Amino acid sequence: MFAALHSPDSSFPLLECARSFSPFVERSSGQTVVFDISSRNALERLQKLCAGAAAGVSAAVARNPDTAIYAARGLGGFTRIAPGREAEALRNLPLGLLGAAPGIRETLERWGVRTFGELGALPEKGIVERLGAEGGRLRKLARGEFERPLVPPEDEPRFEEEMDLEHPLELLEPLSFLLARLLDQLLKRVEAVAALRLRLTLENGAAHERSLRLPVPMRDPRTLLKLLQLYLQAHPPEAPIVKVWISAEASKPRALQHGLFLPLAPEPDQLELTLARIASLAGEANVGSPELCDTHRPGAFVMRRFAATRSLNRRSTLSAAYRTAGRPLGRAPSGTSGGLGPVFPQASRVEAVKAAPDRWPPYREPPQRVFRPPRQADGIWRNVVQAAGPWRTSGDWWTADPWARDQWDVALADGSLYRIFRDLASERWFLEASYD
Amino acid sequence: MGTPALRDFLGFRAKPPAEVIPVERIPGGLVRGAVTEICGPAGSGRTSLLIAALREITARQEFCALVDSSDAFDPHSAAGAGVELERLLWVRCGGNAGHALKAADLLLAGGGFGLVALDLADLDPGALRRIPPASWYRLRRAIENTPTILLVLDREPVARPCASVALEMQRQEAVWSDRLFQGMRFEAVCRKRKAG
Repeated sequence: MFAALHSPDSSFPLLECARSFSPFVERSSGQTVVFDISSRNALERLQKLCAGAAAGVSAAVARNPDTAIYAARGLGGFTRIAPGREAEALRNLPLGLLGAAPGIRETLERWGVRTFGELGALPEKGIVERLGAEGGRLRKLARGEFERPLVPPEDEPRFEEEMDLEHPLELLEPLSFLLARLLDQLLKRVEAVAALRLRLTLENGAAHERSLRLPVPMRDPRTLLKLLQLYLQAHPPEAPIVKVWISAEASKPRALQHGLFLPLAPEPDQLELTLARIASLAGEANVGSPELCDTHRPGAFVMRRFAATRSLNRRSTLSAAYRTAGRPLGRAPSGTSGGLGPVFPQASRVEAVKAAPDRWPPYREPPQRVFRPPRQADGIWRNVVQAAGPWRTSGDWWTADPWARDQWDVALADGSLYRIFRDLASERWFLEASYD
Repeated sequence: MGTPALRDFLGFRAKPPAEVIPVERIPGGLVRGAVTEICGPAGSGRTSLLIAALREITARQEFCALVDSSDAFDPHSAAGAGVELERLLWVRCGGNAGHALKAADLLLAGGGFGLVALDLADLDPGALRRIPPASWYRLRRAIENTPTILLVLDREPVARPCASVALEMQRQEAVWSDRLFQGMRFEAVCRKRKAG
């Protein structure tokens, strides 16, 4: 049997209480701990603890850990669930307790499923077909049938340095000296750093925090210091600093075997610094790698963090090297001694021509230059000599942000080509892109 | 889906795939360790050439960086053309030419990219002419003796003194068939090439 103890009050010593029952304690999220419990005495002691503790402390005992956790969080007081009665006990709990991913939760809400009982009553095959394995797992959790072992947390060594300042610091330069000293001390104790956490306590009592997750483990204090400096330049604290605290997540140093035939790639340490510098110029949201969204909404993409790891090499590097070596190589022009050769083959006179399909896969669309946001074209008059369209598209009508439009490709008298569209909701015209 | 006559009557048709409009070859090619300038008016095929280069470099398992001064890059048409987007670093500079030059300088100094493209094509030519020549020489010095290609896209030649290859793009014709836009044909004319 497993027991869960829950308290909404963060000051309640949950962990200590649980360890008085069992050495195997798992700390669940949201102020809940779960542990194994077997003897009748322990059960009675837990019931007394629950009755005598402050208001809001609840406990539950069940055959599996997750049922005990949900019952402790949702039912209140002391609950003992007999084996085989889990689904009945959890039946009326709200679905929000289940902790489903936002996408699945939204889907379930659209189906009208509000409680554990309603989810558990759905057929397993249908759930798995529509929501995948995660849906099947959630259904088992809702029915109290999900079995798993306890996962007691391991106490990891903490690598922290802190310094209380006699006088509040206002300038970045003296702060950099302190950070350099703290980083040096940290790096004496860790082989490499996978993540850094900086907390500056300010004179007004507020805290200024920053977590820095590194793409590869680093141990160069100058690189780490520069990354912190760039962050502080971009986000200066709003008050003088009275205390500096820095923590490192230790990691094994990166071991990398370079190869003769590996394609060119930026060094991760240097790249991280370059990206931080560019982000301080252009803004963090404007630096990254575009990723297309799985939607039909025109132009939808998200910016992902750019990572130049060689693991992107989906094809073998050796074959890539052979492919590269097979390309025509030439000499660089004078003054460019580093040239490895032209990317495109030599030609005396070249015309952009329709390509052979085996060499160039067909474009889905000719390359465009887009206007962000689309320019309003109401009141603009040009002589359209040819047009193709309309292509009517719409989508997301089931959300708060639907779209519907008619799209045309138009050629103007001056030879330029544009993609225009009419937004069907506002009935306004927009210029979306020019073909180039 | 109805009959063709019905679809025509309703005014809607399924969109066909666009015709292949790549720039297959360039006079002299794009040279590593040197500046290549591509200039031309809007719609002359500068972006087609840029995307062809990005596709070629990413297909070689190398990484590319695009410094986009005016946020005009379209990831959808690039991905459709075969560019591996996960190998592309995209820097959007919001119309600031100074930031774009600085970002290109930082990327070249950092090294490791097969191609760095500096897209200034939508900026005001007057603003581009005000960029001091020293900035272009600095970029040329930064890229010398490296295996990186620096592509500069603009409307008028502003980096030509520092460019080893200067290409002028010219639009030849738009291709239409049966009232459907299929694509465009371009021509790249080499205006400058340092003898190798």
